[in-house]
Amino acid sequence: MEKMQCKCGHVNPPGTILCESCGRSLTEEEQNKKLADMRYEGTARRSQTYNKSIIDKIWNFFSSVKVGVSIIVLLLIAAAIGTILPQAQYVNVPVRNDETIKAYYADVYGEIGKIYHFLGFHDLYSSAWFIILVGMLAISLIVASLDRFVPLYRSLKNQRVLRHRSFMDKQRIYAEGPAPEDAMLKAEEKLKELKYKVTLDKNGLLAEKGRFSRWGPYVNHIGLIIFLFGVMLRMMPGFYVDETLWIREGETRAIPDAPGYFLESKNFTMETYTGEGDEAKFEEAIDRVGSVAKNYQTDIVLYQTPDESLPGATDDMEQVKEHAIKVNQPLKFDGYAVYQMDFRQNELKAMTFDLTNKETEESLGSFTIDLVNPEKSYDLGDDTRVDLLGYYPDFSGFENGEPQTETPVPNNPGFLVRMFTPETPDGEVSFIVIQNTIEPLGENDYKLTFQTAETRDVSGLTIRKDRTLPILGLGGLIFMIGVAQGMYFNHRRFWIQKQEDGELVLAGHTNKNWFGLKKDLDQVSGFAALPPYVDQQEEIEKQEKLKKEQKLEGDELS
Amino acid sequence: MTLAEISSNLLYVAFLAYLIATFVFGGAVKGNKEGSFKSEGRWGKIAFIITVVGFLSHFGYFITRWTATGHPPLSNMFEFTTAFGMTLVGGFIILYLLYKTPVLGMIVLPVALLIIAFASMFPSEVSPLIPALQTNWLAIHVSTVVIAEGILAISAGAGLVYLLKVVDMNKKSKQRFWLEAIMYSLVLVIGFVIASSFFSLTGYQSDFSYVNKDGNESTITYNMPALVGMNEYTSLTDGTMEPFFETPAVVNASKVTTVLWSVFVGTILYWLIRLVARRRIAAIFKPFVKNVSLQLMDEINYRAVIIGFPLFTLGALIFAMIWAQIAWSRFWGWDPKEVWALITWLFYAAYLHLRLGKGWQGEKSAWLGVVGFAIIMFNLVAVNLIIAGLHSYA
Repeated sequence: MEKMQCKCGHVNPPGTILCESCGRSLTEEEQNKKLADMRYEGTARRSQTYNKSIIDKIWNFFSSVKVGVSIIVLLLIAAAIGTILPQAQYVNVPVRNDETIKAYYADVYGEIGKIYHFLGFHDLYSSAWFIILVGMLAISLIVASLDRFVPLYRSLKNQRVLRHRSFMDKQRIYAEGPAPEDAMLKAEEKLKELKYKVTLDKNGLLAEKGRFSRWGPYVNHIGLIIFLFGVMLRMMPGFYVDETLWIREGETRAIPDAPGYFLESKNFTMETYTGEGDEAKFEEAIDRVGSVAKNYQTDIVLYQTPDESLPGATDDMEQVKEHAIKVNQPLKFDGYAVYQMDFRQNELKAMTFDLTNKETEESLGSFTIDLVNPEKSYDLGDDTRVDLLGYYPDFSGFENGEPQTETPVPNNPGFLVRMFTPETPDGEVSFIVIQNTIEPLGENDYKLTFQTAETRDVSGLTIRKDRTLPILGLGGLIFMIGVAQGMYFNHRRFWIQKQEDGELVLAGHTNKNWFGLKKDLDQVSGFAALPPYVDQQEEIEKQEKLKKEQKLEGDELS
Repeated sequence: MTLAEISSNLLYVAFLAYLIATFVFGGAVKGNKEGSFKSEGRWGKIAFIITVVGFLSHFGYFITRWTATGHPPLSNMFEFTTAFGMTLVGGFIILYLLYKTPVLGMIVLPVALLIIAFASMFPSEVSPLIPALQTNWLAIHVSTVVIAEGILAISAGAGLVYLLKVVDMNKKSKQRFWLEAIMYSLVLVIGFVIASSFFSLTGYQSDFSYVNKDGNESTITYNMPALVGMNEYTSLTDGTMEPFFETPAVVNASKVTTVLWSVFVGTILYWLIRLVARRRIAAIFKPFVKNVSLQLMDEINYRAVIIGFPLFTLGALIFAMIWAQIAWSRFWGWDPKEVWALITWLFYAAYLHLRLGKGWQGEKSAWLGVVGFAIIMFNLVAVNLIIAGLHSYA
């Protein structure tokens, strides 16, 4: 396609409808319209101009509002489908893997659950097609914005004060007629008072206000694109840390994915509302539901090892700070945040046993097994000792005669021991779990009797580092600015020209809020005695309505 | 009187005021037989003043309850829904001041009444905050959301007025069906309120034991005669109704029972109204809307979205994400409530693109406004009560 030269001499990009400079209609179709199509200032949008190559076709597809809205609606429906049954991440299974999750959906939700899982809806939001859909939305945002922004910017930058008469009388707000000699001057004065930017050229005047509001939609789309870009960045390594740390009271542990940092748990507290004193007013509510949690808190000390120390070395670490991690009050350091997410109360810490003679019930001494770091052997003196042959922190039963542990957490500790006493120097083998003793190699003379257990609480902490947050925040901010810019402001323009015969021609346009535009014009007209204006859109509608009514009457008569 | 009692009395006053104002607005827009509408301005003004009195009382409830509990009363189903009723009326007051439209009051106030009545069916005693809610973000996030939703609901109110005027109730059409369906669903809410109030006043209670979805024995109390039974239920209370059938473990049959009773009572009520009035409910409103300017209703519909959409973005997405990052360590987790907030947002984004880009104004816009309200109500009611998630506080 060729560039289009207007009669005024301005060369417009191919596909232009209204000359960027003087506003003449450049197509026959446009010339026959009663009102000018001012949506994008009659500019040449790429999507409306080219449709030959495959790139043109792709561009045109994504620049369409219809396609954009369709993508939004598809996303909306997809998102809704994902809430019919819980997503896999919220499903509670003892051991997490694909099989157990599949089984969970089938067991709990029956046929529907099976189909839901089969279709991949249990993990819908990270499915490829959902991500592709979001990607298509991003492309649509970019293409549709560029398709409109670039020509609009060109056109508003190139606009001339003096517009062709055919442009003027095709504007919705239009006036012509005689006016006093000083009308132009007074109009200029009043328009300036109303904060319009006024430009003069020969016999013409252009008053403009709020052009920046035209960029609103593009600004908010930029905000969304920045946001989506931030979300995409999280998939890159290093931008995003998400780790879980279970830490017991009294323990010091390295913080996962935070090299050089260590955390010591001093104490875990869980409080519930008592319904007494200050909380008496809540008594009824507490009684109804049983108990209401008031606080989950882990008191910690944060340490850091100096840069030069070896990885994992904890001897020379320095205290950084103390903090009480509560819900809503994470520990923050060096871009990391540590959250109180979970807890286990009363985990077994140590168990104390007596080595006793079964017959006499006489004790040969007692010893304590640390359930996290058990020793190999406990010497009770006098040729008496207990060897720990095997330790199964979370005993789950025997497999091929071997004791098994389900997890490394001491929920149900089992001990395989060999007991040596002066009477039984070869040792007796016994397997002990809570409330039960098995003697696999025959009847023993001695046994271990359980005395006491020490417990402690365990805090479930989540460690996060998210370097994309500032990007996401920026995106959100720009989006809000763009929305406000586009929605709460509008772009108003007036063109006034003095004809050779002394009469004035006036045209007005706004991208929205015609009521506001008219209010401005009323003030200017009153002050400068401009000719009365008409709203041509309303005139057309009135005529159409009249025609309709006449037609109806005609129908009734005939 | 304790502060909490003063608070609930103020809520009663607000409820009464809205009820009276509804009828005065109705009278104002219906006018007299001669068809002169001089009274509209005067009666409209009186109705508006009553509405403002109700709103101030409602706001008084909010403030006194805040003082009494020590935290913003936005923390459970009762409190949030009551506040939603308040912002709905607040939104109406703003738009009335801008556009002087009594007919909008006639539609919005009954909806607000329904919402408050619905809210009061939930436990309303003051309750303490769980750790996740103990932060100023509760006030910031939830109040922005509730204001935004109140204003967006006005868009639906204006849309409904538009449809009541424009849809021909004498000719069979899809529009007539769906408009009447909206009316029917509003009557169902009344059905729910009547059924719950009746059984709670008569003190109905019936205990069942059942096997829950994790395979454990559990008990549940029905507050309405059990129509549907829990999984492998056994009745624990003598002389109460036995369920007609049993449901799988994933279904909360107690809630299903409540829904069935509401539908049952609501449907009877709906047909009673239809038999007495001898026409569809939407048609009953016809004489009230004959004087309405469609262009103005379309404008209000759009204006409400223009105000509500940015507020909703701020409250339900941006503030929500900030808080989620602080409390739950991630700004987004695809929790059902989050997803439905996103769905609401996407829906209004589509509304704006269709309106500004595709010229969907007038009737199409009115339908979209009503659908938007339906999505908001779904997020409030269904997502809280049916779909379990992190936001299920009630």
